[in-house]
Amino acid sequence: MDTLNYINNGHGLASWLLTKDHKRIALLYLVSITFFFFLGGLFAFMIRLELLTPAGDVLTAENYNKMFTMHGVVMVFFFLIPSIPAVLGNFLIPIMIGAKDLAFPRINLISWYIYVLGGIFTLVAALSGGVDTGWTFYTPYSTAAANSHVITAALGVFITGFSSILTGLNFIVTIHRMRAPGLTWFRLPLFVWAHYATSLVMILGTPVIAITVLLVAAERVLHMGIFDPALGGDPVLFQHLFWFYSHPAVYIMILPAMGVISEIVQAFARKNVFGYSFIAFSSLAIAIIGFLVWGHHIFVAGQSVYAGMLFSIISYIVAVPSAIKVFNWTATIYRGSISLDSPMLYAFGFIGLFTIGGLTGLFLAAMGLDIHVHDTYFVVAHFHYIMVGGAIMGYLGGLHYWWPKISGKLYSEPAAKLAAGLVFIGFNLTFFPQFLVGYLGMPRRYHMYPPEFQVFNVMSTLGATILSVGYLLPMFYFVHSIFRGKPSPADPWGAKGLEWEVPSPPPTENFAVTPIVTHGTHQYAPSKEVGVV
Amino acid sequence: MSDGYPQAPSVGLPGRVSIQAPGNPHDEQSSAHPHHPKLQHHFDDMGQQAEASTLGMWVFLVTEIMFFGGLFLAYLVYRTQNPMAFQEASAHLSWKLGAFNTAVLIFSSLTMALAVRSAQTSESRGTQVFWLVTTMILGATFLGVKVIEYSEKFAHNNVPGPNFVWDGQYPAGAEIFYSLYFCMTGLHALHMVIGLGIMTVIAIMAWRRQFNTEYFTPVEITGLYWHFVDIVWIFLFPLLYLIGRHYGGH
Repeated sequence: MDTLNYINNGHGLASWLLTKDHKRIALLYLVSITFFFFLGGLFAFMIRLELLTPAGDVLTAENYNKMFTMHGVVMVFFFLIPSIPAVLGNFLIPIMIGAKDLAFPRINLISWYIYVLGGIFTLVAALSGGVDTGWTFYTPYSTAAANSHVITAALGVFITGFSSILTGLNFIVTIHRMRAPGLTWFRLPLFVWAHYATSLVMILGTPVIAITVLLVAAERVLHMGIFDPALGGDPVLFQHLFWFYSHPAVYIMILPAMGVISEIVQAFARKNVFGYSFIAFSSLAIAIIGFLVWGHHIFVAGQSVYAGMLFSIISYIVAVPSAIKVFNWTATIYRGSISLDSPMLYAFGFIGLFTIGGLTGLFLAAMGLDIHVHDTYFVVAHFHYIMVGGAIMGYLGGLHYWWPKISGKLYSEPAAKLAAGLVFIGFNLTFFPQFLVGYLGMPRRYHMYPPEFQVFNVMSTLGATILSVGYLLPMFYFVHSIFRGKPSPADPWGAKGLEWEVPSPPPTENFAVTPIVTHGTHQYAPSKEVGVV
Repeated sequence: MSDGYPQAPSVGLPGRVSIQAPGNPHDEQSSAHPHHPKLQHHFDDMGQQAEASTLGMWVFLVTEIMFFGGLFLAYLVYRTQNPMAFQEASAHLSWKLGAFNTAVLIFSSLTMALAVRSAQTSESRGTQVFWLVTTMILGATFLGVKVIEYSEKFAHNNVPGPNFVWDGQYPAGAEIFYSLYFCMTGLHALHMVIGLGIMTVIAIMAWRRQFNTEYFTPVEITGLYWHFVDIVWIFLFPLLYLIGRHYGGH
């Protein structure tokens, strides 16, 4: 008989669906976001299939529009935004701060149900004919022109937003009020700092997209003239409101991934992070400055040139804290005793790809260059380097790093290394050619293109195929590890931190007695004063 | 650490035990109320639980500010674009009903504060319920006046949409004004209705003698919510009702 842990403490579907344990809720999220990830992947597969040839032969133009819209909606709102916070954050934050649970366990469970309800709305929208406005729901596509199921999909996004708000609220209160005795702010793991910054963006940004989507629905249903120029409204106001949330939303995706990388880099270089407080504060800086850059999405939409200059400058400034993180991770790895386990491979992938994604973001923040590459595949490649090369790499790295803790089992390391390699190669083969073809002038969101662009698109589709194998592999070896994997010790990596001091998998209460923390939670180099400023 | 964690494992190096717990003032009181029936298992004590709940409500109110903020931004943009139309449209709202409702809401904030106070000082359940019910009656009065105002607008076809009728100079701008008017006051009224629902539950709990000096957080955070709804109206009233006063309204 195994010792009692959160997995075997209670059996049956009801014990999972009515649980208030943050670890079980994290697993509920894991299952549901994995579903949406592969659903979004399916839409991406259809896009890549269509773009294999220059002619529009697989999908009609209208269906192609629906495919990229549903791909964007599902991946952004139902996978990327909840991915790391709702799964890894939910599971780890209480353990990392020495608490028994999040501050509001019932609200945590409710947030999952809200997420599922929003997901059902979006699925209904997809199955009943789809939406063709683009994931941005730009007016007037979404109000006057489109005849598709905009309201259903928009309501799905609206509802899911509240799940995100409640998660952020829960994290903020938990980090403020539930820390173990002695665990001061500057002893917190950087993963927790990153989630604190993410939560700030969630609670400040998400309500704005909620009201915006509600106004779009009001305009469609009640014919109120908010965004429709025919009724006296202003469609550019929609773009301002939308990007006020949706640009910071990129930081909802990337900040938690940065938190994951900060943990992995320390564990596999066997070194305390270089410049702890710089990384901690750079998370906050990204969260705050990230709210002031939305105008760089609207350079060509009639925004005043002076506003454009300001947004351009601030967009450059927001790159500084991101760069600080990259330099600090590099300095952490420098002269560390590096072990190339699979989480570290993902971390290396993240650092490289995020750097490319970030630097090309600076190209786009420059107004002159942006006019040339606006709405081309250059933009598509840029944000996929951030969202896929950055956020998903971080998510997978974190999942591999903490899987022994979550499941209590060890997975096949060779298979994991193979998957990490396939993801890296597949990703670059998919998206690097898009930088080139975008720069050459191929616009996004068309199902046909001139024949001279075919070679790039064939590379892209081939890369996407490799990438999908890399994404499917972990499904198999993670599931396999649950049934056949060796039991994991409490600390399989020799890593530091409170989560590695509790058994794998942790007991329901996390800690038999509340730990008392006397120094920073990461102590890889005890001879130096580290982790504490 | 007084007595809460007798054999807590010390996570760290021997000889460097320096315990400090800023942000955890509850530790000091952990022995004061060890087994309060309302204490949830994952909190150390009632103080920590109460602080978590009030902070949670404050954070929620921040999200509410951002939620209403989108509407206020839309108001700002369209009023700048249609200054005269907004004045003309505003002049057709009854400032007297608006002012009456403002007074009602401010008074309800007073009675709400007294309800929190009566729970905090462990007054009789009759007193606690009296203040809560008074607040609810005032809230219902506000909504009643709102119904009168809305039905007057419906009667004159001043509701935005295909049937919108406007006999003034600026029909297009007036329609936007009334779109915003209905969105903003409608959303505000929805918050009032939700507040009345919450207060019903709180009043029943008060009648069952659940609130006293040791446990009154639910009343307190309901109060926070109610004051927030009140403050939103304090901004809505001048922006919607008073900007047309010098336009020759009634």
